[in-house]
Amino acid sequence: MKKWTRKDLLGLEDLTREELLLLIDQAAAFKEISLRPIKKVPALRGRTVALCFLEPSTRTRASFELAAKRLSADILSFQGSSSSLVKGETVLDTARNIEAMRVDVLVIRDNTSGVPAMVARGVGCSVVNAGDGSHEHPTQGLVDLFTIREKKGRIEGLNVLIVGDILHSRVARSDFWGLVKLGARVTLCGPPTLVPPVMETLGAKVSYRLEEALPEADVVIALRLQLERQQERYIPSFREYTKLYGIDLEKLKTAKPDLIVMHPGPVNRGVELSPEVADGPQSVILEQVTNGIAVRMAALYLVSGTHHGQTAEVPEPSPEGVET
Amino acid sequence: MKAPARLLIKGGHLIDPAQNLDEPADLLIENGRVARVGRNLKAEQAEILDAKGKVITPGFIDLHVHLRTPGQEHKETILSGSRAAVRGGFTTVCAMANTDPVVDSATLVEYVKSESAKVGLIHILPYGAVTVGLKGETLTEMGELQQAGAAGFSDDGMPIASAGMMRRALEYSRMTRLPVIDHCEEKSLSAHGVVHEGLTATRLGLAGIPTEAETVMIARDLLLAEATGGRLHIAHLSTAAGVELIRAAKKRGVSVTTEVTPHHLSLSEEALSTYDARFKMNPPLRSQKDLEALREGLKDGTIDAVATDHAPHSLAEKEAGLVRAPFGVVGLETAVAVLLTELVHRGSLKLFTLVEALTRRPAKILGLDRGTLAVGAAADVTLLDLGAEWVVEAGSFLSKGNNTPFLGWRLKGRVSDVMVGGRPVLRDGQFMNGEGA
Repeated sequence: MKKWTRKDLLGLEDLTREELLLLIDQAAAFKEISLRPIKKVPALRGRTVALCFLEPSTRTRASFELAAKRLSADILSFQGSSSSLVKGETVLDTARNIEAMRVDVLVIRDNTSGVPAMVARGVGCSVVNAGDGSHEHPTQGLVDLFTIREKKGRIEGLNVLIVGDILHSRVARSDFWGLVKLGARVTLCGPPTLVPPVMETLGAKVSYRLEEALPEADVVIALRLQLERQQERYIPSFREYTKLYGIDLEKLKTAKPDLIVMHPGPVNRGVELSPEVADGPQSVILEQVTNGIAVRMAALYLVSGTHHGQTAEVPEPSPEGVET
Repeated sequence: MKAPARLLIKGGHLIDPAQNLDEPADLLIENGRVARVGRNLKAEQAEILDAKGKVITPGFIDLHVHLRTPGQEHKETILSGSRAAVRGGFTTVCAMANTDPVVDSATLVEYVKSESAKVGLIHILPYGAVTVGLKGETLTEMGELQQAGAAGFSDDGMPIASAGMMRRALEYSRMTRLPVIDHCEEKSLSAHGVVHEGLTATRLGLAGIPTEAETVMIARDLLLAEATGGRLHIAHLSTAAGVELIRAAKKRGVSVTTEVTPHHLSLSEEALSTYDARFKMNPPLRSQKDLEALREGLKDGTIDAVATDHAPHSLAEKEAGLVRAPFGVVGLETAVAVLLTELVHRGSLKLFTLVEALTRRPAKILGLDRGTLAVGAAADVTLLDLGAEWVVEAGSFLSKGNNTPFLGWRLKGRVSDVMVGGRPVLRDGQFMNGEGA
């Protein structure tokens, strides 16, 4: 019987290989539920999940909301625009108020690194990080692990290439930790201003030339390039970025035929990926979105089982086990 | 409390680097000044203070304190800051000018002095700003600031961004013989940085402040000091490369001095791993390699002084989270105990050198007739109990700020007694009646 003991899910850096496997195995069990005509199990009936999105988000928020609903949890929703932060309340104070309403799991998205960790220290309920600044986006990292394993049958020994703005990407960090712990070889590629060289000391390979890195890859994860990076002088132009680091059909010719192409979304079509690649046969981008719900169901289910000091007795991942 | 006419401090071990003394000795104080130093002193009708097992040193001098007055009294007042200083063994502290309004006129220097006189606990020496409003555009009237009592010039909190402005400041201040104290930070490199640019910043996804934000400006300042003959003091040195630059400049004879904080001598970037704003200050906690170079620099005299950069903030400000919270930590009450615990007791720094960096050397930087217990000197005295252990607790601070990076640390070494001008202010860790009430 495997056990999950953490109150919170704040990042993949903290997790062991066993915990990562527990999460994605649990997600595999939950994925089947999403394929049924009646997509609901009573696993979190009577529990309350608060979605506290202090930074605009559409797909992650929708994914968490559906995940909670498919587990029969009650949902409380806060958004940046309606939150009391504008009135000078601190994030921690907001979180304590939400907790005082007897919420079981607090899902937090914030544009500042470290906010979920700070909140998790200050409240007794479980905290799930839905993306904090440039730090981590653990559920997206789990989605990527899950999807790679599903498509490739394994993670260990694969060459995974992450392309783009590594410096500012929370997805890159979560992917990196998860992949390395599960035995993949990770190459980080992008313009030198956006790839921190110290990542090499953590075991990543760093490359500034996509044409050298791409042929080796079994999996490529392209990251979204934020518009601000040009104003902040990290890159001279989007045009050159696309030419050097954008993946199009021409560059794909040099890659392994069974390469899969991933992206956490939303894609700047024609920048990181050409539309032909984003929509092409090697792209698994929409499957990542589908898998997102199962992964978030697993995250919510496992952390809520530890609430109030209890340890979730996780059944061997099978939908039957979850339903009882 | 009134000073006794004669006070004899007996049975202690005296360390006074200004006299090159490090030996068992008694100290006789008469009318607020040191009257005699020596073994087995006897004095009729003197009050006796038993210093058995204690170390007697000149009162400490802190070159770098934010007393937040005027204008930010919710963070610190002259009274709360003075009490914190006494607790830490400091009898003289220099008050930074980045207040609201900025101390950039003789009137404001006089205001800080008169407020300090009302409290009257310790010596508070205001710095005047280098540029009006810390804006880096117009020199302050340095001559007049000095006449009003400014002990030096600093835009601390803000670097002097323009090289041309810094050149003029170093030239013009020569007539005062006072140092220009620069907070070296090239803002185009530090930008929105929160912590040291290194492995921890990358792991945590935080914007970094690179080493070069400090060293580029130190290099510039050293060249300008060399060219102008001005007196340069580099505030809160934090980098190994900065130590190296200053070491080389001193060898060439550049008129430069520098200081280091207790936190940069005892903590490194890894402390930030939990995103705790108690570890956020500027310059940031650097790498282990930087920490070791700073220790070496203090040991070999490249770094002249230990200064706290005591920067109190209110709880509300610091609980805003690592990124949003303001830079700065308190330091007066923990400085000497942290350095005793981390450096002296572990054998990596001589007690004599630590005392020197807290007394003779800072006095020399500002040309003060303090920092010594030579006969005739003002009797500012600090007694240390090297073996006393205590735990740093948030509720125990006398400063208005308890934003300490040392929360929960068990420290070995405590300030037991403090005298200011022969007047006992702290005795056995307790404030004397009427002092700092």
